[in-house]
Amino acid sequence: MNAARDLPKLVAGLAIVALAVLPTAGLPAFYDSFVYLVFFWVSLSTSWALLSGFAGYFSLGHAAFFGVGMYTTATLTTKFGVPFLLTIPAAAAVAALLGVGIGAVVFRLRRLRGELFALLTLAVTFVIGTIILNTPIDGGGGVFMSAVPLPHLMPTPTGTIYILGFALCVLTLVTAWWVAHSRLGMGLFAIHDDEDVAEAKGVPTFRYKLLAFALSAGIAGAVGGIHAMYVGFLTVAGTFELTVPLYVVLMSVLGGSRHWLGPAVGATAITTLLYAFISGGEAMIGRAVVGLILIIAILWLPDGIIPAIQHWAKKRRPAPAKARAEVVPAEVVPIVPAKVLPIGERHILEVRAVTKRFGGLQALAGVDLDVREGEIFGLVGPNGSGKTTLINVIAGHYPLSSGTVTVDGISTGGLAAHEIARRGVARTYQIPRPFVTMSVLDNVALAATFGRPVRAQREIRDEARHWIGFTGLAGKEAALPAELNLHERKFLELARALAAKPKLLLLDEVLSGLNPAEIDSAIRLVRAIRGQGATIVFVEHLMRAVVELSDRIAVLNEGKLLALGAPREVMRDPRVVSVYLGKAYAA
Amino acid sequence: MPSATLLGQALISGVLAGGMYGLLALGLSLSWGLLRLVNLSHFALAFLAAYLTYELGTTYHVAPWWSAAMVVPAMFLVGLAQHWLFDKFKVNELASLLITFSFAVILEVAIQLYWTADYRRFETPYSTLSIKAGPFYIPVLELILCLVAGVLAWGTWQWLRKTYVGKALRASAEDADIAAAYGVDYKRLAYLLSGMCAAYAGVAGTFIALIATLAPAQIWTWLGVVFAVVIIGRLGNPLGALAAGMLVGASESIAMAILSPAWAPVVSFSMLIMILLWDPEWL
Repeated sequence: MNAARDLPKLVAGLAIVALAVLPTAGLPAFYDSFVYLVFFWVSLSTSWALLSGFAGYFSLGHAAFFGVGMYTTATLTTKFGVPFLLTIPAAAAVAALLGVGIGAVVFRLRRLRGELFALLTLAVTFVIGTIILNTPIDGGGGVFMSAVPLPHLMPTPTGTIYILGFALCVLTLVTAWWVAHSRLGMGLFAIHDDEDVAEAKGVPTFRYKLLAFALSAGIAGAVGGIHAMYVGFLTVAGTFELTVPLYVVLMSVLGGSRHWLGPAVGATAITTLLYAFISGGEAMIGRAVVGLILIIAILWLPDGIIPAIQHWAKKRRPAPAKARAEVVPAEVVPIVPAKVLPIGERHILEVRAVTKRFGGLQALAGVDLDVREGEIFGLVGPNGSGKTTLINVIAGHYPLSSGTVTVDGISTGGLAAHEIARRGVARTYQIPRPFVTMSVLDNVALAATFGRPVRAQREIRDEARHWIGFTGLAGKEAALPAELNLHERKFLELARALAAKPKLLLLDEVLSGLNPAEIDSAIRLVRAIRGQGATIVFVEHLMRAVVELSDRIAVLNEGKLLALGAPREVMRDPRVVSVYLGKAYAA
Repeated sequence: MPSATLLGQALISGVLAGGMYGLLALGLSLSWGLLRLVNLSHFALAFLAAYLTYELGTTYHVAPWWSAAMVVPAMFLVGLAQHWLFDKFKVNELASLLITFSFAVILEVAIQLYWTADYRRFETPYSTLSIKAGPFYIPVLELILCLVAGVLAWGTWQWLRKTYVGKALRASAEDADIAAAYGVDYKRLAYLLSGMCAAYAGVAGTFIALIATLAPAQIWTWLGVVFAVVIIGRLGNPLGALAAGMLVGASESIAMAILSPAWAPVVSFSMLIMILLWDPEWL
């Protein structure tokens, strides 16, 4: 078992050593040059995937960062006499700053859609190219690098450029691997699937996107710095063009842009193929063949080569007999019996004069509520009365128009959703919104990771398994959300909320769409959740469940609090009857 | 600062050049806005049409309008064929971008293999015709182009606004499932629209053959600007595409007259960036 696990490491180690000493082997410079180009495209496409593959923000502006890196090195070496090696970190830094600058502006746009991001980044490329062309940075004549001294890292100049490209390539792959297996990567994958939910689960989405953008642009800048030396002569037309962004996209998508190794596989395949045609004197045919391969790959392998191989390997490997015996049909019944905790006198949630306007629509018109620690608080009212808006405001999804919200003594009104999540507020969605490309276990683990303090990965997994069992989803850990039925997905919503160990749990119509038996088990589950010490605010239309579960209920109507108190009394209040059934019945 | 006459002439040439942006943007905007397909090969189809017009004109001495009568329907069929692939594989927006990029590359290679990478120029008696209006010259071909683009844009706009088919298409763009529930046969409409978009590329190609110098790599020259035009003019809005094309063309031309020709790309893309950041309601 160990040998099998160590084998890839051994192969990788040997490959690194072999590739590192290749320039000393005395092969014709042609080999150095070709393998350098492979490294070049591997680094570029992998860096692209850090933002665009992992987080799903599709950039067509990779040439901007790459080109800025190239011109940074060119300017520093030719105009200021800075040693070549020192300019590479500078190239990375300038490109990363540009990335952060762009991100800081565009990621604040509320309605930033994927294709708009792609076009914005493309537009930035052309603007930067034109500016460089028309200023002394280039001046229209191009920049020659031939007079720049190259350090003697290897016997030949091509060998030196090769080894730099190689070092950067290894560094890039290590970075990609690290990101993919870190909190950052987990957050980015969640952003890719559903950014709002990621934020609500405690992922600092804005910061993570900026970080990914900085990494992605910075690596591209460093690649550009080295490549400036490789090409020897820079022109704006040859740098800020469409080939770079489109090729990195093709390579990443072909290999699998959501896997850390995918872009490397795609880049190696396409570079080799193109080179084979170029050296055969058929460069044009080569381009067409690459185009054709891409069409075929996207139509038949939409996720890329690496995920296709993984999928195939998973299907081929039969489930171990022992594990199969353990899998019992999932029965959605809470495993922990409900115990009744006394309701405290402390207010866990205080809502004061909260208003929320959407343009001319007044969704909440001055709501005051207190929720006591440990109680189950029902929130009811006709459609459009502002229940879900109130949940969204408390969870920080919408900013307040005015008023204050205090959770456990801390004012949360002005905080971002992920900060509120970290202060112990979790929520579920009326229509379940799982992260669709993540397994059930990963979905729950994400909430456990970001909703709570930093812990070891193993501990987080164990907790996630506990909550999956608690909500009766044991045996479904490896399933994708699409394989679950509606009521299992609703329970997955609950498991995700619970994994954050919330002080305050906001449930938005968890019962809607369930059949009577499923409703009974959901009610038992909500009681069991309270038994764990959480305070629950739940929005519900189903009166039987509201009366059965709630300690107190609040009735909202047209954005105002209409009544508040014990369930049976409130439901007999004539005003409440009138909003539900019309005035005639209220008398 | 250049003289008023020069600026006026720059404005006129800019608006007329913008007619080409608008004409190219028309098909792109419709397929992107209404079918959610980003068709990068639109430019390659336009150039294929241009080369065909050139070939028919120089080798067989076919008049440009007769060429157009053959090339435009042929492009319609190409559009149908392309859509068959998108439809069969349920291609999404991103995949359509990559696939049509590949198409464009393959077409570029095919054009280069047949017509070589040399510059080609289709000389016609009309290419130098111009009307003199006061101190200004108005080239006739560009003027006709703008008129044709205007008729197509206005006609398409009316068609989308007034007819059942147009309304059904817009409804499907909003929510295909709901539209289908009301009996809209989205599939057939999508084929029709794809064919139309490709036919518009054919119309643009006819004018490209008459106005521009042809080379395979030219396929990519207008890509950036036309995308900017599509966004500024609002996805799926034919009149907006034409208006934005003329606006961008005029701004570029004036910037070139005041600053230097090399600054032109900054204009369209700065406009695009500002519009995207401003994020107005109509976008």
